[in-house]
Amino acid sequence: MARMKFLCDSERCIDCNGCVTACKNANETEWGIQRRRVVTLDDGEIGKEVSISVACMHCSDAPCMAVCPTNCFYPTEDGLILHNKDTCIGCGYCLYACPFGAPQFPKQGAFGARGKMDKCTFCAGGPEADPALEAQKYGANRLKDGKLPLCAEMCSTKALLAGDAQEVSDIFRERVVYRGHRNGAWGATQQEPGLSELARQAAELATDAARS
Amino acid sequence: MKYRKRNRGWFSLVALLLAGCLFSLPSVAQPQGGPPADARKELMQTLPGTTSDYWRNVQGGVTGTTSSRSPGAETLIMVQGEQWRNWRNHWVSPGGLIALGGSAAGILLFWLLVGPVKLEHPRTGRKIERWTRMDRTIHWYVASLFIILGFTGLMLLYAKWFLQPILPGGVWAAFMTAAKNIHNYLGPLFALGLLAMILKWIRHNAFNRVDLKWFAKGGGIVGKGHPQAGYLNGGEKVWFWIVTFVGLTVVISGLIADFPNFGQSRETMQITLLVHGIGALILMAASFGHIYIGTAGTEGAFEGMKTGYVDESWAKQHHDLWYHAVKDQAIDEAELEARKAGNSQTAANPTQAS
Ligand code: SF4
Ligand code: SF4
Ligand code: SF4
Repeated sequence: MARMKFLCDSERCIDCNGCVTACKNANETEWGIQRRRVVTLDDGEIGKEVSISVACMHCSDAPCMAVCPTNCFYPTEDGLILHNKDTCIGCGYCLYACPFGAPQFPKQGAFGARGKMDKCTFCAGGPEADPALEAQKYGANRLKDGKLPLCAEMCSTKALLAGDAQEVSDIFRERVVYRGHRNGAWGATQQEPGLSELARQAAELATDAARS
Repeated sequence: MKYRKRNRGWFSLVALLLAGCLFSLPSVAQPQGGPPADARKELMQTLPGTTSDYWRNVQGGVTGTTSSRSPGAETLIMVQGEQWRNWRNHWVSPGGLIALGGSAAGILLFWLLVGPVKLEHPRTGRKIERWTRMDRTIHWYVASLFIILGFTGLMLLYAKWFLQPILPGGVWAAFMTAAKNIHNYLGPLFALGLLAMILKWIRHNAFNRVDLKWFAKGGGIVGKGHPQAGYLNGGEKVWFWIVTFVGLTVVISGLIADFPNFGQSRETMQITLLVHGIGALILMAASFGHIYIGTAGTEGAFEGMKTGYVDESWAKQHHDLWYHAVKDQAIDEAELEARKAGNSQTAANPTQAS
């Protein structure tokens, strides 16, 4: 079975927040819930600024799953980490364990009690047989229809890639090889000497990781 | 938490120390299996180009700007999450089991080998008031909440290992939702009770020379004869201070965790929850000792917190100094019955001589 992964090419991401908007639109998430976010580091510093789109990474050994007191997470055959909102008690432990800040909570109830956790499903819905209910609780199930996550599909620069880990890193490797030969084509790559070398290493890492 | 420790107060100390030692053992059971996920690996996969230098930055919690309002959204990666997972799953969870199991096993062993402390002299039938109605109300209020909170807390920590596999999904969800809500709503009520208890009893709990001798005699286990004791013996005072310090720690951390609406950071919550769990598990392990000493472990002790009155023989045996101070207030059983039947005017407050 394929192992699904995201890949964000920070050389390409332009902080347009298209992925964020696409996600919000595809999944009709509640007010205040943003499954994907773009983090811009060194904002405004020419040559240093870099933007990265982050959502749930669907970790291989997911910390959220390990700490959840009700065991509502489950891994799918595609290597996704989905969860069951019926069992979620809104304790927030997944948020405290997740390195990527992926779990989101609607504010609900007295004294700041959290509602049920929501996070990126890789547009694969959740454990609900009825499609209408599934859409209402978990958002779109595009994977079922043979479509890829909307955030990546809508990315205007194709910085954000989603799909089979192997394919995604192959695409990236190709890009890096291409960039490596014409360093000047990409503004940021000129700033650091030896970046093409680093990028090559990184591409290898990505391939390794995809194989693991 | 019952408030009697009588002679064997030392025992809760031993149980606590034992629990403490066991607690610090490396986790034997690793119920969650495998090493924690590697955020670095995940990041490299998602963001190829993550070099070692870059990772150092990221690991240091590099922040940027983002449009997300989610707490901590501006931080790219929070590696502490994995440390928290490790602490919680590989130390606190197994450690708690060892502490609770060790404490229970130790008490059982003690009970089998040494047995309960019997009254040395037959009951005289004359009763002395030891705990006023107010004392008892506070005690049982705190005790019942302690048990409910302890139970629901343990469920949040352990139930997924043994209850989930045997419950149907819907029941499991309802059970855990109830556990969480009960725990979160009763917590602040426990805090109030604990405060009242500390304020009500603190004046009896200053250590003095008598306590030193009491400790030297191990509460009656070392050497001959019972060590002297006033209204409260050294063991009871130790339990009081454990309840005060560990209890307040658990209460304060509990309140921070209970009200996430003050913008606490994830890192704050991680530490808070660890402190809360460790403190609560220590308290529970120690409370086993207290419960044993106050019930099966000491003949004649439980009636003090149940009825408010203890028998003269018991008072003399376990709290001789206090007994000598208040013995003139002893009343016949019949008189006590009459008093109780009359109305609850237990009026005079003979317990206060310490
Ligand atoms: S919620 Fe966080 S920890 Fe869980 S799979 Fe997603 S990124 Fe990993
Ligand atoms: S908030 Fe829900 S999903 Fe997250 S750890 Fe708690 S019960 Fe599990
Ligand atoms: S995969 Fe779907 S749910 Fe996840 S961030 Fe993209 S659009 Fe949102």
